[in-house]
Amino acid sequence: MEGLLPDLEVVRKDFPILSRTLAGGQPLVYLDSANTSQKPQCVIDRMVDHLEHHNANVARAMHQLGAEASEAFEEARDTVASFIGAPSRDEVIFTKNASEALNLVANTLAWAEGDWSSRVGSLGAGDEVLITEMEHHSNIVPWQLLTQRTGATLRWFGLTDGGELDLSDLDSLITERTRVVSLTWVSNMLGTVNPVAEIARRAHEVGALVVVDASQAVPQMPVDVVASGADVLVFTGHKCVGPTGIGVLWGRREVLDQLPPFLGGGEMIETVRMEGSTYAGIPHKFEAGTPPIVEAVGLGAALEYLRDLGMDRVAAHEQAITRYALDGLATVPGLRVMGPTDPAVERGGAISFELDGVHPHDIAQVLDSRGVAVRAGHHCARPAHARFGVQSSTRMSSYLYTTPQEIDALVEALEYTRSYFRLGQ
Amino acid sequence: MTTSTGGHDLDALYQEIILDHYKNPHHAGLRDPYEAEVHHVNPTCGDEVTLRVHLTDGPDGPVVQDVSYDAVGCSISQASTSVMADLVIGKPVEEALAIHQDFLTLMQGKGQVVPDEDVLEDGIAFAGVAKFPARVKCALLSWMAWKDATANVMEESA
Repeated sequence: MEGLLPDLEVVRKDFPILSRTLAGGQPLVYLDSANTSQKPQCVIDRMVDHLEHHNANVARAMHQLGAEASEAFEEARDTVASFIGAPSRDEVIFTKNASEALNLVANTLAWAEGDWSSRVGSLGAGDEVLITEMEHHSNIVPWQLLTQRTGATLRWFGLTDGGELDLSDLDSLITERTRVVSLTWVSNMLGTVNPVAEIARRAHEVGALVVVDASQAVPQMPVDVVASGADVLVFTGHKCVGPTGIGVLWGRREVLDQLPPFLGGGEMIETVRMEGSTYAGIPHKFEAGTPPIVEAVGLGAALEYLRDLGMDRVAAHEQAITRYALDGLATVPGLRVMGPTDPAVERGGAISFELDGVHPHDIAQVLDSRGVAVRAGHHCARPAHARFGVQSSTRMSSYLYTTPQEIDALVEALEYTRSYFRLGQ
Repeated sequence: MTTSTGGHDLDALYQEIILDHYKNPHHAGLRDPYEAEVHHVNPTCGDEVTLRVHLTDGPDGPVVQDVSYDAVGCSISQASTSVMADLVIGKPVEEALAIHQDFLTLMQGKGQVVPDEDVLEDGIAFAGVAKFPARVKCALLSWMAWKDATANVMEESA
């Protein structure tokens, strides 16, 4: 099959968990990578090595271990900056995850001052925040909180029946009242790839701040933050073969400098007096407290792994497998995919679907009995489900280690599910 | 390591009785009269139930005259709602609450509790569900909704 990673079997051996078996000796067919990806041995080893040999707190300890830990942590920042094309390493802020990064932006905007002349300012009645109906809850709720707290208005792009952003009312949605546009690059439910650069261009025409949730984009495709047009871009480590507990907020220096601090504490300060404090510059301004050190080190190893594989090749693999999966799913009677299915349309590797007569929870259960791990539910995108008139769906999501044979196993397990629940042809 | 499902366990989960109730749920639909209506959701999977209870006075206290509902969800949650309605309708509230407690004990028993068929009737089919921690919440959704609605009525009339 064209587009697959060369040496796929060798790549798979990098991921120890892929060779484990489940109850009844079933081999694992892991199709839940949009939920969290599996981790290669090099990431596991780097984290263990760090804890075994270099563990100390960062930027506080005046001893050799402290220097080594600080160096490893800051090297991870360099790796992230280079991986996403950040103009400056200082623009890379480590957070706990993408949710925290989005909440950081939404919270600090609630306290921000200024006139929006350089895309940051105070929000109030008459101002608008624009999101989309396909967002993950983590890119909906923080903006609901922000607009509720400031009196601003929350608006959103609707979706077409095909699962793309409905841009027909773009001109009425992006107006001089728009202060923030926050959207996902790749939908975690529909797989849709949004035209972020084009939307950013329109948003900048009215002076709005553009926030991009790249949680599903960074794992799957080459990401260049400057080319994306984003002012702020966030992603989480665990979906791109890194550990949990580490996320990234990248922001243009001009924006981050204008945003007030988020959490107060150690490391984010310049001088503390009882009467008041002054704050460190970026990135430390937004990194109060002891950061997730070994997680950052693990993320650095993860992005090095992806870089060495080549993100162009990872993207090609993902697209080939996704195409193969869409073709396979189309053979299952009563199955309806939500999101783009046109081969001409670029899409991500998350494929959510309905199967007539069987609830997603039951599908996932039967698949699990065959070793096939998928997600069932609303995938933290309830509004997008509501848009398609469903309460939940089943989602398969592939990644760089997914094989065509695993897709075959999924399709076969879906056929088995239909027979188990006695659905006719 | 122990929570995975083999093919054998699948049949323990999806008992024939459960699939029957799923395909033909009893007492489904929302009806009048009622004294309380509640809406419960399972936030992780999105399953939802809107449930009404109608209580009347009996010789020994209030009686569950009717339970009506509108529910969306998986086979386990749908079948459990149907079985629950079967079990509590017509019973004194006190007895229905005791059945509720027995079902709760069964569901929280991790598969170690042997259910009493005289009390739980078709509810014994859910014994296998207790071995699937992720599905226990499905089975309990409407039972919790019923208890909540009933408590609301009892509080108001107290």
